[in-house]
Amino acid sequence: MIDFCGLQLEHEVINGSGTFDAIAARRAFGAELLDRFPFSAFVSKTITLKPRAGNPPPRLWETAGGMINSIGLPNKGLAGYLEHDLPQLAELPVPLITNVMGSTAEELTELAAACDERPEIAAIELNVSCPNVATGLDIGAVPAELERVVAGVRPATTKPLIVKLTPNTADVAACGRAAEAGGADAVSLINTLRAMALDSDGEPWLGGRTGGLSGPAIRNVAVAQVAAVAAGVTVPIVGMGGVQTGAHALDLLRAGATLVAVGTESFRDPAAGGRIARELREKAANSANPFA
Amino acid sequence: MFGRRACTVVERTTYGPYVVVDVHDPDGPAPAPGQFYMLAAVERWGGGDGERPFLPRAFSVLRAREGRLSFLFDDVGPGTNRLMDLDREDELWLTGPLGEGWRPTDRRPILIGGGVGIAPLVALADTLDAPEVLLGFRDAHHAQAAALVTQGSDPSVTTDDGSAGHHGLVTELLPDDLSGVELFACGPPAMLEAIRRLGVPAQLALESGMACGFGACFGCVTPLAEGGYARVCVDGPVFAAAELAEVPAH
Repeated sequence: MIDFCGLQLEHEVINGSGTFDAIAARRAFGAELLDRFPFSAFVSKTITLKPRAGNPPPRLWETAGGMINSIGLPNKGLAGYLEHDLPQLAELPVPLITNVMGSTAEELTELAAACDERPEIAAIELNVSCPNVATGLDIGAVPAELERVVAGVRPATTKPLIVKLTPNTADVAACGRAAEAGGADAVSLINTLRAMALDSDGEPWLGGRTGGLSGPAIRNVAVAQVAAVAAGVTVPIVGMGGVQTGAHALDLLRAGATLVAVGTESFRDPAAGGRIARELREKAANSANPFA
Repeated sequence: MFGRRACTVVERTTYGPYVVVDVHDPDGPAPAPGQFYMLAAVERWGGGDGERPFLPRAFSVLRAREGRLSFLFDDVGPGTNRLMDLDREDELWLTGPLGEGWRPTDRRPILIGGGVGIAPLVALADTLDAPEVLLGFRDAHHAQAAALVTQGSDPSVTTDDGSAGHHGLVTELLPDDLSGVELFACGPPAMLEAIRRLGVPAQLALESGMACGFGACFGCVTPLAEGGYARVCVDGPVFAAAELAEVPAH
């Protein structure tokens, strides 16, 4: 068992927020999904206070070794999530981490407080890759702003609070330290890298104009950023970015992560998380003490 | 069945410029017509034009019988180019069957297909008693794929250049009086949008670029008449025409 902020997890592999819809997957794959659930904890897609339809299509662009998405965080809003999704997510065989996003500290506090009341939710992840509508600053990209927002949310919950860091910043290590100083129990990284694809007329292809680059193309950016953040924080780290195999996961663990999240690879292989966890176990069995 | 599985290619057949690949899938659930699979070659998936393909590709099942699945490919990019290159003994990653297929109707069905979009209509025709089938192609070379429809009477064919069948659009073959009829259509977005605008009972099988095919990525959405978006992979790929705001060009 892995201890992560007091949660006891079967293995090191969870999902990245927004890369696996357990409710839709259960419809597509049936009960076998629960018998062979690929992750040791499930992270919900991002929930906002009000419902969001998401960005106009097209939303996807395939790149060399990856993809750009411009999904725009479609979700039913907090009330819809609590009423419709939470009872179904509570049936999953693993702890539930709910990811929330707000454009002010007040919105994030309201979301965190609502999650705090629900026993089905084991931990809360803050998506801070969003401009603050009050200050105009990108919450997660500016360390002082990030520390202020996390400190504002912290009193709203006693559950573990994970801050998902954005890689689209000058100094991710400073952002990691700021999240910890604000009271985060853990940090997760990397989110997608901002990217743009042009159509044959030179116009942005994606409906949202820019999107987030993910997949193996960003794997070594993730290793570098996890190592940089690990050097400056004492809280545990969820490392992610382009993980396709147990060897890739092991790189992130060795760079300083406690857990590893799988995202884009689940699109290619829905059961990838379980395979990667198995490969990690085999690596551990074949090595004297790989995680020391 | 959860996850992807490697299936062996057992046959490769050409119909004009199209390729039909049959795979042996003895353990997978039987698909309903209109359902689809996510496909990726086990070898050399990547390293093509622009170092692609990377993501699997969504394909409606063309035909399913006795543990054997058939898919219809047209060479439109690095993914389809690689899939068309598959030959006997090669392996294919396959996830599925996925999505909601055609729904049954009490009305008289007319099947309308365009280009590579005829695939889910061939699967549907296999389950119907001598349905009326209208197929549109670019030219006589492409129209060789009309031979895939083996149920009932010969399909009526149109071509853009008049080199086979009727010279014009496939929608021109529709009867003037569509009362009592339900249309089942799959093809280019402009064809589906023209059918949607007829305002008659119709089921449209949409195509969309998908990263996952099982509702995870939210990338394949289409706008709904009531506002908002539906995921083509889990809410479709077959939609009632009246549900849709439009059939997007992409």
